[in-house]
Amino acid sequence: MKVDILIIGAGPAGMAAALAAAPSGARIALLDDNPLPGGQIWRDGAQARLPALACEHRRRLEAQATIEVLSATRVIAQAGPRALLVEDPQQGRVIHYHKLILCTGARELLLPFPGWTLPGVTGAGGLQALIKGGMPVQGERVLIAGSGPLLLASAATAQANGARVLRIAEQAPWRAVAAFAAQLPRWPSKLLQACTLAHPGYRANSHVLAALGSERLEAVRLRQGGKQLEIPCERLACGFGLIPNSQLGQALGCRIEDNAIAVDAWQASSQADIYAAGECTGFGGSELALVEGAIAGHSAVDAREAAQGLWRKRRRWQAFAYVLQRTFALRPALKHLAAPDTLVCRCEDVPYASLSGHADWSSAKLGQRCGMGACQGRICGAASQVLFGWQPPAPRPPFSPARIDTLLQLDRID
Amino acid sequence: MPELLLDGRPLRVADGTTVAAALARSGDGCSRTSISGQRRAPFCGMGICQECRVSIDGQRRLACQTLCRDGMRVESRP
Repeated sequence: MKVDILIIGAGPAGMAAALAAAPSGARIALLDDNPLPGGQIWRDGAQARLPALACEHRRRLEAQATIEVLSATRVIAQAGPRALLVEDPQQGRVIHYHKLILCTGARELLLPFPGWTLPGVTGAGGLQALIKGGMPVQGERVLIAGSGPLLLASAATAQANGARVLRIAEQAPWRAVAAFAAQLPRWPSKLLQACTLAHPGYRANSHVLAALGSERLEAVRLRQGGKQLEIPCERLACGFGLIPNSQLGQALGCRIEDNAIAVDAWQASSQADIYAAGECTGFGGSELALVEGAIAGHSAVDAREAAQGLWRKRRRWQAFAYVLQRTFALRPALKHLAAPDTLVCRCEDVPYASLSGHADWSSAKLGQRCGMGACQGRICGAASQVLFGWQPPAPRPPFSPARIDTLLQLDRID
Repeated sequence: MPELLLDGRPLRVADGTTVAAALARSGDGCSRTSISGQRRAPFCGMGICQECRVSIDGQRRLACQTLCRDGMRVESRP
């Protein structure tokens, strides 16, 4: 398959990039590993309610004959210059492109604490995604913990589907949360959103200590202000903020800064003809992702004026991103939640005690198999950067578990 | 409304339901057994952590990124 523009990730940034580039007549492929476009924030499913803006973007994508949406498709490896090996449930194949736009989004920072491997414990955005996909939570007692505005969004989705959200534990201090709220009138749509998401169980200065249970989650031990308490519940959703999915960019040689793909004013990366937009360049929410995606799409087809016309709007949402990052900075106590027997690497079942003596990631990997499982260190690599200050692993192909038949495609390239 | 076989048991779910969500509606809600023998359930919900990998019609797939289809055979204890 040959295209003019290949876009990786069909969330708000990827959709906006495709729509911005489409009027040029370029042949565009928009690829995503989920079954439907929308990314995390606009995830569709059996129990999802899509906002009007998301529906409008999907309609416009479908109406563009030059945009091909490749869902349920993952990038597996580089297949020579300007070519990527991809895999869907049916086949592996190589896509050749002239320009590449990376809109690979962000994932949750998931930190180990005793009991975090118990069934019933998920990420915060994870719970929201699973519910949208049809997971029943009717009548369940749910506790949400970690950091950032995603906690409120996750709580709202759980409640809308019949769960009882007992507590939302935000690790940031009240002072920071109040200062954040005081800034919100600068972005009226965000103020409105915050008001609709407000929850009586919200507590700042609170964080999880342990998930309790034998076969599955039965209760959660929390630190709330100066005291400890245990709350019986069926589910714990815990996420400590977002981290950019910069691995593919890194593997393609793009410069990485603060764990994100570094871009210039045109959303161009340090590599020729590779652009990046949205959360993979630093998290800032869907509004920022949409405008960055549009700028990247315009830039990729040399519509410089159209791209430049969006710079002011981007600055406005970058300011919001900055306030967000400052408010929800993680407190040092979260580095010390794991007990000696708490598993840090969930794939290879490597406990905290066997890692703490190592000097760096490579040593832990070689000595303990940390990060050598199916997720390839995406969870424990990010966690050990917070826990031990280790540089996360450099990505190596295959970037995702793949079928042998797919890998054999590389052999057919001459 | 697709009907699938989950560890040999039939289960009917609403359209647009992921296999990860279907797991929660049947059996122990888990997707796999870890190398030290712990049962694990879908965790990150967005295709990163690989905890939800199951066998679907003989292929290893992520339950959270797969929609249920009629006649699908899902195994959490392959």
